[in-house]
Amino acid sequence: MNELPLIQTADLKQHFPLHKGLFGGQGPVIRAVDGVSIDIPRRSVLGLVGESGSGKSTLGRAIMGLSRPTAGTMTFDGIDMARASSSELKSLRRRMQMVFQDPFSSLNPRMSIAETLSVPLRFHNPGLSRSRRKDRAAEMLERVGLPGQYISRFPHEFSGGQRQRIGIARALIVQPDFIMADEVVSALDVSVQAQVLNLFGRLQRDLELTMLFITHDLAVVGHISDFVAVMYLGRVVEFASTRELFSNPRHPYTEALLSAAPSPKSANRRKRIVLKGDIPSPLNPPSGCQFRTRCPYAVEDCSHEVPKLRELSPEHKAACIRDDLSLAPATQQ
Amino acid sequence: MTRVLTVENLNIGFRSEGRELPVVHDVSFTLEAGKTLALVGESGSGKSVTSLGIMRLLPPPPQSRARGKIILHSDEDIDLLSISEARMRRLRGDRIAMIFQEPLTSLNPVYTIGDQIIEAIRSHRAISARKARERAVELIDQVGIPDAAARLTTYPHELSGGMRQRIMIAIALALEPEILIADEPTTALDVTVQAQIIDLLRRLQAETGMAMLFITHDFGVVADIADRTIVMYAGQMVEHGQTEAVLETPLMPYTSGLMRAVPELETAGLNQGELQSIEGFVPNPASLPNGCAFHPRCTHTLSGICDVPPVPFEDAGNGHLVRCKRWQSILENAE
Ligand SMILES: Nc1ncnc2c1ncn2[C@@H]1O[C@H](COP(=O)(O)OP(=O)(O)OP(=O)(O)O)[C@@H](O)[C@H]1O
Ligand SMILES: Nc1ncnc2c1ncn2[C@@H]1O[C@H](COP(=O)(O)OP(=O)(O)O)[C@@H](O)[C@H]1O
Ligand code: SF4
Ligand code: SF4
Ligand SMILES: [Mg+2]
Ligand SMILES: [Mg+2]
Repeated sequence: MNELPLIQTADLKQHFPLHKGLFGGQGPVIRAVDGVSIDIPRRSVLGLVGESGSGKSTLGRAIMGLSRPTAGTMTFDGIDMARASSSELKSLRRRMQMVFQDPFSSLNPRMSIAETLSVPLRFHNPGLSRSRRKDRAAEMLERVGLPGQYISRFPHEFSGGQRQRIGIARALIVQPDFIMADEVVSALDVSVQAQVLNLFGRLQRDLELTMLFITHDLAVVGHISDFVAVMYLGRVVEFASTRELFSNPRHPYTEALLSAAPSPKSANRRKRIVLKGDIPSPLNPPSGCQFRTRCPYAVEDCSHEVPKLRELSPEHKAACIRDDLSLAPATQQ
Repeated sequence: MTRVLTVENLNIGFRSEGRELPVVHDVSFTLEAGKTLALVGESGSGKSVTSLGIMRLLPPPPQSRARGKIILHSDEDIDLLSISEARMRRLRGDRIAMIFQEPLTSLNPVYTIGDQIIEAIRSHRAISARKARERAVELIDQVGIPDAAARLTTYPHELSGGMRQRIMIAIALALEPEILIADEPTTALDVTVQAQIIDLLRRLQAETGMAMLFITHDFGVVADIADRTIVMYAGQMVEHGQTEAVLETPLMPYTSGLMRAVPELETAGLNQGELQSIEGFVPNPASLPNGCAFHPRCTHTLSGICDVPPVPFEDAGNGHLVRCKRWQSILENAE
């Protein structure tokens, strides 16, 4: 069975010129996303991890069609977004929805929850009567674990976790196929984070959603994702099924991220790799392997050319020239 | 073991609409030289208010009021709650220093980092500008920033988040304080940089013998840095003990609930099903539930017992303290 992945990017690039063509010439460019080719299989969750500034949100925005990519293609259900007709685009805008990090700033404080949830419905289902819209809003609210009668309340009457549920309801009310969630649990307390993660997991299974789940929290990614992509300076350096990535990392950067992630279970038992320095500026990335300035295993050859994201086994790709390394897993064997 | 600070029955309240709302209830602990005590809890549990109370950085009375004792031990014992503001100002930075979550808000954007370190030194010590400058270079070097001398002339916005936090640590340690209070110093940083900062703090502690009060909401970080741990809930200490004891045999249902709510790195990708969440919300500290403050959310609640005060903070053995009326029967049932 070879089903077409719902999302496919091919050599996707998103560059930002630093100061726009002062003399019409080419100024310095920030290569926020620099050649990303990934597939997200239908009904699966792809977790995207990497340090701050690695390009996760920029890639997410390019996938959502919120920015015009500098190069490369983004295909949704076989439709190339750059060549889609306006009616195709309108349908794509319904089928692809987002949930944001900060539920408060993304909700209009002057709109009741009923109004907030009706806006996307009015746009995408104009035929729906006012009372049907209200029913749908109340149903959706219960689906995300809030009492239906809360639809007449306003955002300030809700806690952070509840507002995040409303953000999820707003994304789901138009029955999308795909959800991009960017740092959606990062601002939440641990006990509430668990409630929201469980809700995401349940809805994803019940509604057969495909998801891009962006976070810097490796334990969260390990819990919710079927596949994980690790980004460094605008590139995907490793891609694997979740279990494979955590138990058999093949890129030194992944190993370093796993070893730095704090865990109450194995703090003293794991090998600890403390990387030197910060992530380099995307304006002036190192030649060859971009990770080499911080990589504990770098050798002379690493500076020559950018390592390709190579397939090491089905469902596992990594961009490192060294196959002789045995890297430490996060999991207890 | 040298005790450097004793906090005894610290109570802190804020004035609101004409009455005082208590937000920190009877907090007591000691800090020892060369050791780290972690204060863990969800947001609003009173961690920052406790640490600001110790530093006397809360709004002045009547807006806020702190009661109890905060004893700084040295040749003589000094109760920080009863000394003058002028005397407190001399101790702050010199004997007790503090670093915060967001270093950019505590660094002044218009001065170079060199000026800020030198000012921190010279405001407490009568030494020459040249000597202070030498010390600044030494400190920048000590916190692991390369090219220390050249860095003196850089401004905060030219540095990454991790570097700014290193500079804050350099300023905090400039006068070799006996106590460092760190309020979520790594929460805003990437895990890789967090690991660097934790390593740095541990190394500096080994070198200087300072005592640390480390505030965090992350049990993984606790495991990495703390000798002893206090868990706070709604302004109260609910568990306190050796870090291994608290993490391996948590006795308070809130502590074990929090630990189960975090996904585990070790079982990533194994399809562990749902996380065990704690239902409901942290109560407002101004209107705590009767009896055990956790009882409306606890899966072990017994009515007639858990909702009846007082709930003593009991020693379960080996100095492992727990505020739960049912810890013994819960432990027996688990075994
Ligand atoms: N509109 C823009 N103009 C210029 N540079 C940009 C723009 N958007 C992003 N960048 C740069 O692109 C790089 C990637 O940024 P991005 O926000 O995608 O990172 P991220 O991985 O989402 O980080 P975080 O974890 O902090 O959210 C950064 O260097 C950022 O400064
Ligand atoms: N300046 C203040 N005035 C009134 N209430 C405050 C003030 N600062 C904190 N609080 C309240 O005190 C409680 C504890 O807050 P805090 O110590 O900041 O929590 P934590 O650091 O554990 O997240 C919260 O309910 C908070 O709203
Ligand atoms: S290619 Fe070289 S520098 Fe890059 S990750 Fe592999 S070993 Fe490290
Ligand atoms: S006292 Fe009762 S409600 Fe409180 S933690 Fe213990 S068992 Fe739970
Ligand atoms: Mg981002
Ligand atoms: Mg705080």
